Amino acid sequence: MVPKVALWRDMHNMQKNNNKSFKFDLELGKIYAIWLREFKVFLREKSRLVASTFTPLLWLFVLGGGLGSTVSTPFHASNIDYQKFIFPGIVIMSVIFSSVFFGAYIIWDRKFDFLKSVMVAPVRRSTIFLGKTFGGMTTSLIQAFILLGIGVFIGVNYTPYSIASFIVIVLMLSFALTSLGLAIGSYMESLEGFQLIVSFVVFPLYFLSGALFPLDNIPIWLSILTSINPATYAVEALRSSMLGVDGKNILIVNIGVLLITTLALGIVGILSFRRMKAV
Amino acid sequence: MIEIKNLFKKYKNLIAVDNINIKIDNNEIFGLLGPNGAGKTTLIHILATLIKPTSGTATINGYDIISDSSKVRSSIGIVFQAPSSDDILTGYENLKIHSLLYNVPSNIREKRIEDVLELVGLTNRKNDQVKKYSGGMRRRLEIARGLLHKPTVIFLDEPTLGLDPGSREVMWKYIKRLVNEEKITIILTTHYMEEADLLCNRIGFIDKGKIIALDSPSKLKEGIGGEIINIQVEYNEICELDEIVNMIKHFDFVHKIENYNEGIITIYVDNANRNLPSILKYVDKFTNNKIHIISVDFRRPTLNDVFLKFTGRHIEDQHDKDGAEGGFMERYAQYAKK
Repeated sequence: MVPKVALWRDMHNMQKNNNKSFKFDLELGKIYAIWLREFKVFLREKSRLVASTFTPLLWLFVLGGGLGSTVSTPFHASNIDYQKFIFPGIVIMSVIFSSVFFGAYIIWDRKFDFLKSVMVAPVRRSTIFLGKTFGGMTTSLIQAFILLGIGVFIGVNYTPYSIASFIVIVLMLSFALTSLGLAIGSYMESLEGFQLIVSFVVFPLYFLSGALFPLDNIPIWLSILTSINPATYAVEALRSSMLGVDGKNILIVNIGVLLITTLALGIVGILSFRRMKAV
Repeated sequence: MIEIKNLFKKYKNLIAVDNINIKIDNNEIFGLLGPNGAGKTTLIHILATLIKPTSGTATINGYDIISDSSKVRSSIGIVFQAPSSDDILTGYENLKIHSLLYNVPSNIREKRIEDVLELVGLTNRKNDQVKKYSGGMRRRLEIARGLLHKPTVIFLDEPTLGLDPGSREVMWKYIKRLVNEEKITIILTTHYMEEADLLCNRIGFIDKGKIIALDSPSKLKEGIGGEIINIQVEYNEICELDEIVNMIKHFDFVHKIENYNEGIITIYVDNANRNLPSILKYVDKFTNNKIHIISVDFRRPTLNDVFLKFTGRHIEDQHDKDGAEGGFMERYAQYAKK
């Protein structure tokens, strides 16, 4: 068995190599491993993809078409009807749902011990975290792209600029909200808490984001709630870059708030992962 | 080489691991045998760096489990009680992901995956989703996964729990093969005595977090003192029985006698096959038909007798029906019941 011995020695030499860039490569490989698993699961669970694409369509066509026939938007002059107006909001809704749920799914990983098998490997907690968030970002981006394609049917026009900013905004928000989901999931011991996440995290993020209504003339209490919701800034940024409609804040403020939220929630997520119990 | 030093783990109101000291040599199959809840899994989890001990420590290949946990992780493999592979992925995909997590270099990765699949006999099923595997195949995939990075120590936590007798024998075959072909140290926990007896070089009996006996299976059984004869008798007066028991005690091949109150005399003797007839003759001759022998059997001591001797209890087998068999949804249903 000469080849086996040789392989064994190879591996030992590789492991002894303490070169920094080499170590960095190894961590990248591990992030890739975690991401790969998430991506494969996503590809194989087609029912999940179908279900999570269908719900935004209901909002867009039933609410957008139904309510849109009676309400008018302040932007009628620029040929933006209600359905078009909520389109960026529906994209953000899809990102909110898929990202938070993706993160919170870590409870299932723990329940069927997959997480334990990852944690017993020589892998940093931050690596597991990043692999997971990249997985969540990929999933959210693919779903958002499907919606982007549907936007053509309701008359949304795209430019290279609007598509580029669409990608950036979706990725930032999904990183932030996957981190949030992972952080919450890392504290939860049981699946019973899942419903709480739906009621107290996912729906408030969506309804208080201005996805469905302009924020100009809303009551003050609602205005306060929307302005502390990071998703609001994503909706405004997306609306301004895709439809040319300005909201309460200018684009640079929206992007700035999103960036800060993303970093902050990323740090919260990594810290929660560090203290998470393995068993 | 594994050295466990004064290891202690306390939960709120439970001492799970109570001051354990063990040295385990290279290339040994070391068994931790004890009833459910004895602390076997906690001990394994501590050694695998998943739980921190309250006090004490252990070294694996010279690496400390607390201060050098990353190096410990690289040099061990572990197979958990419940299968932990992702059942949506294929066997191959699970192995590929773990080989990346364990830094198996890309130029030998495919070869390693093929080797371990071959070793556990799953080569022809490698592209099937794990949810289509049987319970035994899942366990074998876990073992393959644990071997990917050529660990020098592998922990098997109840490797055959919930498997049918056929799959269990297959599993034993693969475990033996591991030691022969991979030159690896195995630490396995089990509450099946025959499994420990058949596979292990040494066994540590664990009960309530303590190691109560530690030796090779044969030495442990020899410690019981010879073979065990059970004679069921009918009698009128207990004093007559006392008398005969006292007389049997005087044979030099009899080690001890116990439990005769219920009408069953348990005698520990050397060479039961030759000495049993003398005992029976003796009983017949000196009791004047006051005591009738109903049945006789003799057997070699089992590890259960060893456990019985140290704790006064049997190792129960009641946990089997709660085994971690089946897919994710079954396990979820089980979890929901709790």
